[in-house]
Amino acid sequence: MIPARFDYHRAADAAHALALLGELGDEAKLLAGGHSLVPLMKLGLAQPAALVDVGDVRELSYVDERDGVLAVGALTRYRDIERSELARRLVPILAHATGRIGDPQVRARGTIGGSLAHGDPAADLPAVAVATGAVMVVRGPGGERHVPAREFFRGFLETALQPDEMLVEVRFPASGVEPWAYEKFSRRAQDYAIVGVAVVRGPEPGIALVNMDSTPVFCAAASAALGRGEEARAVAELAAADGRPPSDLNGDGAYRRHLARVLTERAVRAAAI
Amino acid sequence: MSLIGAKVLRKEDPNLVTGRGSFVDDLRPDRCLTMAFVPSTEAHARVRSVDASEAAALPGVAAVWTAADVAHLPPCPGLPGLERPLLASDVVRFVGEPVAVVVAEDRYLAADAVAAVVVDYEPLPAVVGVQAALAADAPALFPALGGNLVFEQPWESDLADVFAAAPRTASLHIVNNRCAPTPIEPNACLADWGPSGLTLWAAFQAPHHLRNKLAEFFGIAHDETRVIAPDVGGGFGAKINLVPELYLAPALSRALGRPVKYVQTRSECLQAMYHGRAQEQDVDVAFDDDGRLLGLRFMVTQDNGGYPDPGGMGLPALTTAMATGCYKVPRVAVGWRNVVTNTTPVASYRGAGRPEATFMIERVVDLVADETGLDPLEVRRRNFIQPDEFPYATSSPLAVYDSGNYPGALDELLRILDYDAVRQEQRRNLDDDTKPLIGVGFSTWVEIAGFGPPGSLEAFGHLGSWESAQIRVQPDGSAIVYTGASPHGQGTETTFAQIAADNLGIPFERISVRHGDTATVLQGIGTMGSRCTAIAGEGVRAAATTVLGRAKEIAAHLLEADPADLQAEDGAFTVRGTPARSVSWNDVAWASFRPLDLPEGMTPGSLETSVFQQVANFSFPSGAYACVVEVDRHTGRVGVRGFYLVDDCGTVINPLLAEGQVQGGIAQGIAQALFEEVSYDPQGALLTSTLMDYLVPAAPDLPGFVSSRICTPTPNSVLGAKGIGESGSIGSPPAVVNAVVDALAHLGVRHVDMPVTPQKVWRLLEGAR
Ligand SMILES: Cc1cc2nc3c(=O)[nH]c(=O)nc-3n(C[C@H](O)[C@H](O)[C@H](O)COP(=O)(O)OP(=O)(O)OC[C@H]3O[C@@H](n4cnc5c(N)ncnc54)[C@H](O)[C@@H]3O)c2cc1C
Repeated sequence: MIPARFDYHRAADAAHALALLGELGDEAKLLAGGHSLVPLMKLGLAQPAALVDVGDVRELSYVDERDGVLAVGALTRYRDIERSELARRLVPILAHATGRIGDPQVRARGTIGGSLAHGDPAADLPAVAVATGAVMVVRGPGGERHVPAREFFRGFLETALQPDEMLVEVRFPASGVEPWAYEKFSRRAQDYAIVGVAVVRGPEPGIALVNMDSTPVFCAAASAALGRGEEARAVAELAAADGRPPSDLNGDGAYRRHLARVLTERAVRAAAI
Repeated sequence: MSLIGAKVLRKEDPNLVTGRGSFVDDLRPDRCLTMAFVPSTEAHARVRSVDASEAAALPGVAAVWTAADVAHLPPCPGLPGLERPLLASDVVRFVGEPVAVVVAEDRYLAADAVAAVVVDYEPLPAVVGVQAALAADAPALFPALGGNLVFEQPWESDLADVFAAAPRTASLHIVNNRCAPTPIEPNACLADWGPSGLTLWAAFQAPHHLRNKLAEFFGIAHDETRVIAPDVGGGFGAKINLVPELYLAPALSRALGRPVKYVQTRSECLQAMYHGRAQEQDVDVAFDDDGRLLGLRFMVTQDNGGYPDPGGMGLPALTTAMATGCYKVPRVAVGWRNVVTNTTPVASYRGAGRPEATFMIERVVDLVADETGLDPLEVRRRNFIQPDEFPYATSSPLAVYDSGNYPGALDELLRILDYDAVRQEQRRNLDDDTKPLIGVGFSTWVEIAGFGPPGSLEAFGHLGSWESAQIRVQPDGSAIVYTGASPHGQGTETTFAQIAADNLGIPFERISVRHGDTATVLQGIGTMGSRCTAIAGEGVRAAATTVLGRAKEIAAHLLEADPADLQAEDGAFTVRGTPARSVSWNDVAWASFRPLDLPEGMTPGSLETSVFQQVANFSFPSGAYACVVEVDRHTGRVGVRGFYLVDDCGTVINPLLAEGQVQGGIAQGIAQALFEEVSYDPQGALLTSTLMDYLVPAAPDLPGFVSSRICTPTPNSVLGAKGIGESGSIGSPPAVVNAVVDALAHLGVRHVDMPVTPQKVWRLLEGAR
């Protein structure tokens, strides 16, 4: 509960943050909402030598419609996404799933970029990004690159981000992201999902699972079956066969697969055309 | 108008909700050091060596002590030969047991120093769970004990005759899950040992008890030992345990000549604050075709963890005392065993032994209903002790029920719950795959509170079982009540002010209640065992009555009237029938300090008195609870739809606070039934060391409560209050589990152990397919 010693830097803007990351090297971490990083540090599971606090970088906090995409700044807080008229209208699954994260305190602090960069397979937004076919805008010393969400998550708490890079924006398709459904199963209302599933029928059919592997799981076969208009049960069977579900106190692998099946079936039914 | 029964807002809250409370961690004396433990990472191991040299050399580190440094001090109070050492010396017996203690300038430096202490362990095979501990080849925690069985109370008779002759019998094996008390404020203390003696601020429920123990431990005088329990953020029974930090912080303060503070982190709290429950029960019941109970035979096996705490040793005795609940059971065979295992020690947790009893008997009566095909309420009615049968001597010498009205509580419950409607919905949903399964469960319970009659707490090392109350009227007519009870969230400052106001005739606003300081409160036992209102509250009433009598004499003198003709109300004494003849409480109080104004023979300062309140018997609160659940037949998730409760705690001082106690207790009961369980892996590693894994439910996870009450006062006191602090956590778990079993009964499910997790229920649903 007491973090190891670390240095603290406060970035004035995105460029400053990147410069600090470049200077400080591998041992530095960005601090956004702090709601994943700080608990890890308190438990001794992360021991960064330096933190670069990007809490003041307001230029990366926005929800915009631009060139056919819903562009969300990486430092946009959950609460601002949840309440954004634009997000609710254009990518309702994003606004809805954001509203299911943790509790009001968590949503007041946590950022979309922090959640995606953290890469926790149990988190809600990674699966939403994968299901909707979002694209990550990553900025580094050499400029910007775009990484599709489906290629972004590499392993447990591991993403395509390099230590000197920063996630600056997430782009969601701005039209046709419907019908949709997000099913989250947890024991307590404010917990991470034991299993969750994000389903969108358009603009491309996409199904992604929460907490069924070391990364969010894109269910390619199930998504294709959804596109073919197959029955909810059949789609669910395919989805539940994906991933290598973990076992923990809340559920073993077999139970998680079962939940994936039940939740996907429910979500596909709920996302009826 | 009487204040007894008035919904008065809490006197405590303005401080607490504006952040002006003062908890141990808020105290920052000059030059204060921070203490932290080096916890064992092994559940069972020989400690080959502890190398503290690097840690001791770190900047800001004042001291690092190992067992060798405390060899001159006794161990924590415990069972002879099985006491818990202040710091583990040769063997560690649970993960988290302190191996060394570090003191540094702040808690960050202390944490660095903790990390720098190198402990060399030689792992020993660990035993987790009572079954493993009692296995023939189980490694022994205390070799001298020759096994892990600390104490065994065998059956006096196995009731073979009863069971042979009974038309029907049934059996159940119950695991009552281990819970972590998890108060908002963890264990905390701050010691300052100076030339004039020791002061210890502690998040504790019994400061005078701790004072006595500290004085004995260090061989110092009571007058130079001061214990203060400032604001305390909950305790649930876990803050009466005499744990090592309470001795180590003073010892270190004495050695270093500086104040030393210790505050657990949440993970340390989950790991080291003594756990509760952790009981297994094997129970057989004999009954007839009409559902009448003929005999009950059971063996309780208590997991006492790594060191048998004296309080923890007593849990099965409380379980056995209450094992027949509110039913007439002609023949009973009770037995228990206390077992040590390589886990955190187990002691009292809200209910302490009685939730385990209630769970067992309330599961048993449902089992009888299931076997006989009778409605569970019918079985209860047929076996209830009747209102005219009190005092009712149970088979246990501890439990002579004082008063109660069990059928009355059940009738009231059925007034607030539409039982037929629930049963109808249950039947409708049964064959509709899209609808959840509905279940309704009952618990008609009785518990033992108001601890207690002489001898009851002495058995656990307390000085007595009384409680002190002192009232001192101030010269301006306001009054201060001092109580030996030590509230830590209960709202005692409010309820005792109500009792005092009611019996003194002084306005509620002009009464303050002080507690928790051995230097200002004359003596005390503490707040635990639902005793505070029942005993200390009665003491306040008695003291107020005495003071009022004296005040009336003074008032009568001033009014030139007969004391018997006076009435005290709204801050004044008035001659009955002559309202114009009146003198204010303020003038009477003022006069009480002025010899010239006093009646002959009366000395100044008479308007104060102290009482050591005793009670002749425990009190036995009771009630009837119902829980309605819906089970998602596809995921196994249990949702609590509604909780209906009728409590009978005798006289209620403040319905708001009583309701708060009940709802909080039921929240903990639902938590035990559905969410919470301390889990270890087979090697004794704690798997639930954060609140991400140990699932304390929050408001959205709990149902709405529909509550009512009936009132059967206890004959033990004038006040008639029985105690309500533990009722909710005692009565509720079986209501929840009975509801789940009811929802699954058509699948042949007869029992499910707590916590009823979705995965468990899914397995039951799968098994039935
Ligand atoms: C009580 C509680 C409950 C929670 N419940 C849920 C839940 O139900 N569902 C859920 O999804 N999550 C949940 N969370 C996690 C929460 O969503 C976190 O806020 C989120 O995972 C991280 O966002 P953050 O802004 O707080 O990032 P931080 O914790 O500050 O950072 C997380 C990681 O991302 C890195 N990082 C942050 N921003 C960037 C960036 N722009 N570019 C590159 N790297 C970056 C950091 O260096 C760090 O490694 C919960 C957290 C808590 C404390």
